[in-house]
Amino acid sequence: MLSQIRTLWTVLSHTFKRNETVQYPEEMPYQAPRYRGRIILTRDPDGEERCVACNLCAVACPVDCIALQKTEREEDGRWYPEFFRINFSRCIMCGMCEEACPTYAIQLTPDFELCEYERSNMVYEKEHLLIQGTGKYPDYSFWQVAGKTIEGKGKGEAQQEQSPSDPRSNLP
Amino acid sequence: MAKFFIDGVEYEAKAGENLLQAALSQHLDLPYFCWHPSLGSVGACRQCAVVEYRDENDKKGRLSMACLTGVREGLRVSIANSRAADFRKTVIEWLMQNHPHDCPVCEEGGECHLQDMTVMTGHSVRRYRQAKRTWQNQDLGPFIGHEMNRCITCYRCVRFYADYAGGTDLGAFGSRGRMYFGRVSEGTLENEFSGNLVEVCPTGVFTDKPFAKQYTRKWDLQSSPSVCTGCSVGCNTFAAERYGQLRRVHNRYHADLNGYFICDRGRFGMHFVNSDKRIRMGGVGVGDGTFEARGTERVLETASALVRSDQALIGIGSPRASVESNVALKWLVGSENFCPGLADADAAATHELIASIASDACCIPTIAEIERADAVLVLGEDIADTAPRAALALRQAVRGVSFAMAQEAGIPHWQDAGVRGHAQDHRHPLFIACAGTSRLEDVAEATEAMHPEDAATFALDLAEVIAGKREAFEPGTFAARVSAVLADSKAPLVVSGTSQGNASLVRAARDLAVSLKIAGKQSMLLVAAREANSVGACMVGGSLSMSEALARMADGCSVVVLENDLYRRADAGRVNAALRASSVIVMDVLETPTADGASVALPAASFAESTGTYVNYECRAQRFYQTFQPEGEILPSWAWISRLASERGSDPGWDSIEQLTRQCAEQGFAGIEQAGPGSDYRFAGISRIARQTHRYSGRTAMYADETVHEPKSRIDSETAFAYSMEGANSGRQASATIPYVWSPGWNSNQSLFKFQQEISGPWMQGDPGVRLDPSWYLRHEAHPSDAESLAAEGEFRSVPIFPLFGSEEQSARSWPIVRRMPAPFAVLHPQDAARLGLVEGGGVAVLAVGRSCEVRLDAGMPPGVVGIAAGLPGKDVQPHCRTDLSPDPEFVRKMDGEPGVIARG
Repeated sequence: MLSQIRTLWTVLSHTFKRNETVQYPEEMPYQAPRYRGRIILTRDPDGEERCVACNLCAVACPVDCIALQKTEREEDGRWYPEFFRINFSRCIMCGMCEEACPTYAIQLTPDFELCEYERSNMVYEKEHLLIQGTGKYPDYSFWQVAGKTIEGKGKGEAQQEQSPSDPRSNLP
Repeated sequence: MAKFFIDGVEYEAKAGENLLQAALSQHLDLPYFCWHPSLGSVGACRQCAVVEYRDENDKKGRLSMACLTGVREGLRVSIANSRAADFRKTVIEWLMQNHPHDCPVCEEGGECHLQDMTVMTGHSVRRYRQAKRTWQNQDLGPFIGHEMNRCITCYRCVRFYADYAGGTDLGAFGSRGRMYFGRVSEGTLENEFSGNLVEVCPTGVFTDKPFAKQYTRKWDLQSSPSVCTGCSVGCNTFAAERYGQLRRVHNRYHADLNGYFICDRGRFGMHFVNSDKRIRMGGVGVGDGTFEARGTERVLETASALVRSDQALIGIGSPRASVESNVALKWLVGSENFCPGLADADAAATHELIASIASDACCIPTIAEIERADAVLVLGEDIADTAPRAALALRQAVRGVSFAMAQEAGIPHWQDAGVRGHAQDHRHPLFIACAGTSRLEDVAEATEAMHPEDAATFALDLAEVIAGKREAFEPGTFAARVSAVLADSKAPLVVSGTSQGNASLVRAARDLAVSLKIAGKQSMLLVAAREANSVGACMVGGSLSMSEALARMADGCSVVVLENDLYRRADAGRVNAALRASSVIVMDVLETPTADGASVALPAASFAESTGTYVNYECRAQRFYQTFQPEGEILPSWAWISRLASERGSDPGWDSIEQLTRQCAEQGFAGIEQAGPGSDYRFAGISRIARQTHRYSGRTAMYADETVHEPKSRIDSETAFAYSMEGANSGRQASATIPYVWSPGWNSNQSLFKFQQEISGPWMQGDPGVRLDPSWYLRHEAHPSDAESLAAEGEFRSVPIFPLFGSEEQSARSWPIVRRMPAPFAVLHPQDAARLGLVEGGGVAVLAVGRSCEVRLDAGMPPGVVGIAAGLPGKDVQPHCRTDLSPDPEFVRKMDGEPGVIARG
């Protein structure tokens, strides 16, 4: 008896509490920047593709929904993906790819609205994934840290590098 | 054997073995860099530190380098001791001071020994805050990429390249913390084993350039065990695929054959598989050398009309097709209508090789046994071009004396610098009697310029001298030196080959080896065959020789040509006539001049797309397994043959490669099924072998652009492998079914030791392959007769020279090899050239070939003899005759083969 009254009281008391229902989609909920939603590929501060096609995201992916192929740009020597494909119909938004990415290229965004009538429309190619900006990491540029040279950044010109040594010299 | 203790656990090893090798032989994890099983210890990297105790009461111990510590009875060491572990971690930290932040853009990443050792020792954060030392790289040619910043100064590269393989253009420069490994000046690495630097280098300084072009991480490759198609040695390889393309070939260890190394023709010659000159669709010839691609059904209709017609049907096999395909074709056309597809002269010489294998009187050595020879005579064959891996073993054979000297001096055999330093230039004697300077000349005791025919005579004379039937040679001559050395040796090795198409040369070499055996020596005879399956094809038998087959064709008949370009087997005029008069069905991998003249062309699977067996120079049957399923209408040749058979209404009695292999076993290849397990093999009775690694990525996205419904992975009904990551690869399975090496914590190819019984020993379940007994063939099949020497007139005797890059048919279509291929050349003695007014690099018209060649001068060429490049793509035949030469002032040297691109950073 007491239990039923207590239940009634609890239910009725909610009449005077704030409504928890969110009027989605008219009203968008707040998403933290670190929310794990739709995946994007970002660009370096200089506007070039950040992805170097190292394949770490693909191997970290627990559902194996990322496939890509490395190629190299003739004119400047940068590695980049010839194609980069994410099958979002398989993706579980776990964020392992973002954690694995050594160049901050692949990032998860707060956009969680991924709905399609056709499953094949859930397959995103590089043109769908690549954005124009740097995403969450505005300053990082992998090629300025790496030792491999690209056009415009020779040996010894990366961060924390001495100028190239001379193999023919034994001077200290 | 000595008992010793690691961390209190008792182990046994050969006394005097180095501790690192002993620990690894027990499959213990002990980090190392500079030690290599074939290169010994130098103690350069200080990575394999252990704590060594005086006795069981010693609790403190001292640090020792395991690779420089000999195992002795009662030795007590600790790998796990924190002092040793801290020391190893510190060493890695030093090595990593200048290591660039390159792993994501490094071709070694994911199979990098440095990565593995860094993780194993626990070093993770770079504390050193100063700037990194950097280097400029060099362009090392089309095969090898160079990224010096990644170097950790282990010296493995120069120890392999210069000390082991005899290369002269890679060295160590600088001193202290500034060591540079490269060439004096930028340029192509010349040594034919440069590709091994990729596997020898523990990090990414030397990388596989063609592979890097379409780079795939090791974990993403779908692999299978394969056999090299480059020459008759039959080196074992791992072939690896991704996205329907064969991406690379790596060395697959075999204790008796290739060991840890393969040559560049094998490693970089596989790109023909992805060539755009592949035949991918069945086609019907429209008469002018072009084809109309049609569907399989319509092409088969045309083909089966030819097979069914009243016209006689003959079959031409091939020394580059598998035993199974050859046997299938022989069954289709009947033994009396089958030609194994070797050129007449080649068939006769290969027959002599098989007769030598069957004979008890001489021993055909494995590559490992070659290294144990104590005197070598090379007769009439430039083995460095025709069987490079065997030539590398000869280099080790002549070095054998240094180990004997070291033993006397009390230097352990693994003390690399000590052994080499003590021996200086002492070598076991190697004599070369052939035309042209061999790349082995730098380790030869003496050489004599000799035409192969003279080399045969010389060998017979030697045999008689050794048998005492002839008086000794005049003292001081080359012959006298050779006979004295051979008489003095314990395990002499006679080396020759079939490339000269000279059966009497092979017979003479055998007679010499036999006479040495009778004289009480453990003599050995190495005869290199021309192609990967020359011995196998020859053993298939059949009644027709190549000229008989061509004659039958010229009379008009239907002919099935199995993976063979007839223009490489006989003179172009006869082949033209034969192709014109007959209806030809060609099944081949690549477009060839023969296919151009055919009525029907069928797309045949390459070695990576099919399963089959090759028989190598020592009659060892070795199975290669399908790496991937080819796109389009490509089928293995034997499958086309069974389609043709069923069109004709006859039942071949096989519908899988396995049944066909069993059929081969009944037809002269007894035991061939033991070369590798069949489709019903399961590891531990339950598990297939996974072609893909357990980390294989992208399964649900690779083909999502075509369909989002992931196709079921193909069930492989023909082999024990799975086209998926499900299955075993622990190394405990049958050793012929190991598709790649990987072990927890050991991602690089250094994980091999976890798959070996002991370091440099066989695989866990023994080495794959089975040596066949060719006596059935010798009893039942017609023996090819010696080729008639062509009556030709001319001032010069000619000798074919087979350049390493370009003389093997399929690898010559591989783009990295094309960049190293020479233009057709003629080699002359400088005196002859001067007499004719020819200069190095100029042109000479060679009448027998009917074209002009580039002149090369070589004092190693006998006067009156001209060496002519043979085997290069095109319709040139090898001239076994005489020729006249005349200067060609209008000759323009084609500048192909030189790398034009400067590699970037």
